[in-house]
Amino acid sequence: MLRYVLMRILATVPVMGVVAVFVFLMLRLAPGDPAAVIAGDYATAEDVARIREQLGLNQPIPVQFAKWIGALLQGDLGTSIFTNLPVTTLIAQRLEPTLLLALSTITFAVVVAVPLGTIAAWRAGSLLDRFVMLFSVAGFSVPVFVLGYILIYVLAMGLQWLPVQGYKSPFEDGVLAFLRHIALPTMTLSVIFIALIARMTRASVMEVLEEDYIRTARAKGQNELRVLLRHALRNAAVPIVTVIGIGIALLIGGVVVTESVYNIPGLGRLVLDAVLARDYPIIQGLILFFSFVYILINLLIDLSYTLLDPRIRY
Amino acid sequence: MATGRDTDPAALSADAKLPTRQEASLASLVLANRGVFWGGALLLVMVAIAVLGPLFTSDPMALNPIKRLKPPTGEFLFGTDFLGRDVFARVIYGARISLAVGLAVALIAISVGLVMGMIAGYVRALDAVIMRVMDGLMAIPGILLAIALISLSGATLATVIVAIVIPEIPRVVRLVRSVVLTVREEPYVEAAIAAGTRLPQILLRHILPNTIAPLIVQATYISGSAMLTESILGFLGAGIPPEIPSWGNIMSEGRTYFQISPWIIFFPGIALAFTVLAVNIVGDGLRDTLDPRIARKM
Amino acid sequence: MSHDSRAAGVPVLEIRGLTVTLPEGADRKYAIEEVSLSVGAGEIVCIVGESGSGKSVTAFTVMGLTPRKELKPVAGEIRLHGRDILNLPEREMRRLRGEKMAMIFQEPMTALSPVMKVGDQIAEVLEIHTELGPRERRERVLEAMRDVNLPEPERLYHSYPHQLSGGQRQRVMIAMALVLDPGLLIADEPTTALDVTTQAQILELVKSIQRRHGTGVLFITHDFGVVAEIAHRVVVMREGRVVEQGPAAEVLTRPEHPYTRMLIGSVPSLTPPERPARGEAETALEVRRLNKVYGHAGWFGGGRVVHAAKDVDLTLCRGETLGVVGESGSGKSTVARCIVRLVDITSGEILIDGVDLAKLRQGELRPHRRHIQIVFQDPYRSLNPRRTVGQSIIEGPMNFGLSREEALERARELMRVVGLAPEALDRFPHQFSGGQRQRICIARALAMEPRVLIADEAVSALDVSVQAQVLDLLDEVRRRFDLAVLFITHDLRVAAQICDRIMVMWHGRVVEQGPTARVFREPSHDYTRRLLAAAPGRDSFLEAG
Repeated sequence: MLRYVLMRILATVPVMGVVAVFVFLMLRLAPGDPAAVIAGDYATAEDVARIREQLGLNQPIPVQFAKWIGALLQGDLGTSIFTNLPVTTLIAQRLEPTLLLALSTITFAVVVAVPLGTIAAWRAGSLLDRFVMLFSVAGFSVPVFVLGYILIYVLAMGLQWLPVQGYKSPFEDGVLAFLRHIALPTMTLSVIFIALIARMTRASVMEVLEEDYIRTARAKGQNELRVLLRHALRNAAVPIVTVIGIGIALLIGGVVVTESVYNIPGLGRLVLDAVLARDYPIIQGLILFFSFVYILINLLIDLSYTLLDPRIRY
Repeated sequence: MATGRDTDPAALSADAKLPTRQEASLASLVLANRGVFWGGALLLVMVAIAVLGPLFTSDPMALNPIKRLKPPTGEFLFGTDFLGRDVFARVIYGARISLAVGLAVALIAISVGLVMGMIAGYVRALDAVIMRVMDGLMAIPGILLAIALISLSGATLATVIVAIVIPEIPRVVRLVRSVVLTVREEPYVEAAIAAGTRLPQILLRHILPNTIAPLIVQATYISGSAMLTESILGFLGAGIPPEIPSWGNIMSEGRTYFQISPWIIFFPGIALAFTVLAVNIVGDGLRDTLDPRIARKM
Repeated sequence: MSHDSRAAGVPVLEIRGLTVTLPEGADRKYAIEEVSLSVGAGEIVCIVGESGSGKSVTAFTVMGLTPRKELKPVAGEIRLHGRDILNLPEREMRRLRGEKMAMIFQEPMTALSPVMKVGDQIAEVLEIHTELGPRERRERVLEAMRDVNLPEPERLYHSYPHQLSGGQRQRVMIAMALVLDPGLLIADEPTTALDVTTQAQILELVKSIQRRHGTGVLFITHDFGVVAEIAHRVVVMREGRVVEQGPAAEVLTRPEHPYTRMLIGSVPSLTPPERPARGEAETALEVRRLNKVYGHAGWFGGGRVVHAAKDVDLTLCRGETLGVVGESGSGKSTVARCIVRLVDITSGEILIDGVDLAKLRQGELRPHRRHIQIVFQDPYRSLNPRRTVGQSIIEGPMNFGLSREEALERARELMRVVGLAPEALDRFPHQFSGGQRQRICIARALAMEPRVLIADEAVSALDVSVQAQVLDLLDEVRRRFDLAVLFITHDLRVAAQICDRIMVMWHGRVVEQGPTARVFREPSHDYTRRLLAAAPGRDSFLEAG
């Protein structure tokens, strides 16, 4: 058990390493002079030189890498070129809206998708099943921002139930204001997530329903609801939880777009502002940050397997 | 161990001689799937529009400052944008970009992933290295990676395609590798090894054919997701150069005027959604007929 | 207990004229047709038949566990304690299942939920059907576990299925089935997936429990040895119909129907036939001190190492069949795979023609591969489904320089040898039955003109009548091509009939070897004795003739 935990934690080290190397090389291997690219079209030679100095690009690559990794291990994600603030500080400033949006999305999506997928699997081929499948295909087909604008058009501009844009903090502006503002972004971002989870739930519950132990449960005289909950869903849990973890990558991409549509001052907006300003240290720092969050969540999910499946215990 | 093959009634009815897949021609079976048929028809219409459409519409780049932000009318079916350009002509032209990006990304990702996946599945020494790199690549959120790559190397059609391809590769590698690992354990492959068949032939004759069906399915999903990513990049202003009227770019330019002229976003959005939907429905249909089990695992 | 019928003399189960349809497009209209049989209290009735006979459909229809849309009962009745249950609503059926009738299945591993403690899985039956509190439930479960001789029930209660052995899992299933003391127990091939020694224990357990509780048992099997071991009465089914039924002693010794006679005649006897003494023959294959270790030491000292084969020696002469007999995990298949070099061996020598194959690298090995060919167990996975039978057969010879024409000529010739039409070379594997595919695999192996043919459980997946034919074929090609055959099997009956010599493996070691007749008559190792004693039907009328 302890060994399993230790092995899983150690297994994340090479993955984090690969991410770090990749992000590091991205800037150095880009065609042309990265300092000139970052400085932009109207930069003077001094500007370019200053940026080169600041990013340490005039040193040999191994030295750059050693310094960069050393700083990284101390939690230093670099310094913004334009604001001169540490990237970690910028992330901390923008973390709250993104974190709350992600949490509300995951919660909403799981609560909707798991029951939908389970019932669809149980009544495979029924009208409800077809509806769920259609919804999930459609969910994968509509771009997040188009969905956002449709919801704004109908619910905010048309019916005027909810505010069009913006973000209110539950800590400063009250929970109600927060909920009113987070509702549309949550719905927008949830759709693809619901599609993903419902699909996986349906597929894995359907597979489990074919298993012999389901037949055993029925042979005991167990009723269908208990067969579904206690035997089918319980055994289908691992792939469902896994797909939630994989979906985090999707969620992060969606956050950038959703924050842009709804004008939410979170990490996604930070990325876009950095791209427009060519503030490369911020982009680099955020990619690292998001990747590590993804790895961490998937590590936790790996560890949760030991609770979900007694066979996984090395 | 001996196994009574008829212990399961479901297996029994499956064992009874139902017309098997190979007996009906594969093509007719695939087309008999409703998803493949209707999705494919829709997709064909889209391709026809992309190829022929621009020949019949007005110039998608022509400015007409007097007729800025006009709502849809008989003259401008989808209205006009903030420079008075015909949104209908632009959406028709944008279909070319979207479909081209989808096709290119799918082809490149599948080819690269196929080679790497075969190597990972068959060369034990490289397996761990390749898979760790793929794990790392999967951990980087695809859109962020694409944005970063494009902002560094300059936005052109080619860089956008490459930037969308890279995050798609790990999934293909994993798929191919898992097929290889399953199939190489099959007794018929072992029999071929025992018969002295060389590795290239084993791969070509016995293993590669098993990857084709799941890869076709995967290719459709990739092209759908590539079209979405392209539009998102365009929308965020980090995609194909703004002078090219891709659907993402049209919508990006429509953002500022959304409250007064929502059609600039809705029409290309609907076109995109339907195209991707068609691709995904074809993908689901192909998966159901070609390779239900392997595809479901992914 | 409420089993009034036990006293009253009404059969526990009575099936009359039961007909169940197959879905549209199947090769026949009915899964079962006009099936009638009955099971009295305290009686064990075996339904025996080959694949597709409808024996399982009958059992599952009684339990109401068939998909009603696909397998629809259209006529007849099923009476449980005199009450017709065929058309009861699902709610009512649920009350009967587990309480009045229970079922155990073939695969005890997959029949138990992997994520629930086995004690809780047994207790679930009580939860569904009784008002007992948690403590009383626990007591009843422990009692049931003791009843099926599970060791340390207190501890096993909290185990998960994967922590138990196959036999223990089946005991858990039986405890679960019998915890409410149902009048009817349906057993669907419950020992087929088990090793022969475990099978003997489980059969003994079913018999003793059934005697103590007076349970009526409907026992589905394909194995006449098992039938001889436990049946009071026998029902023989073929293609959905009952062809013969009656008391076990009668059906087994004086079968009336030709089909029954053929089936029983196909069961290989445990008594080895007289074999002509073999003169000195050329050695075809020699294996010295073969070792195979799986796994490696882990980073934290937690590596698991399995010694799958330990110091295995064997010599195989031309024209001889050497049987390797053992239960699962004995290492018999590992030895086969090592000799064919499908896995790398850890140490030892594999000598053929004075060349040590074990030392060769893949490239150097290739020219020698043709000498050793192998036929696998599963006829459905042994041929590439995308290639014609002909392509599969000529692949090997063409690797060794034969032209396409020469290879095809040889393939046609071999198709005749294995009893198939040469024209069939253009067909795909799915157009053949399991037995035919196994013939094709033999032809493919022979096309290499090997010296050694390894049959790795090559007849184990086949029905008994088909099995007999393939065994005859193997014996014929051995003689015809002066082949050395290494015959890997778990089935002592088959081994007795086809092998000149027998090697018994246990935990990766060879514990005994010698001429077949000697090993069967006077086994020297304790394990061999146990193995032979466990063979079902050993002391029955099956062995009389």
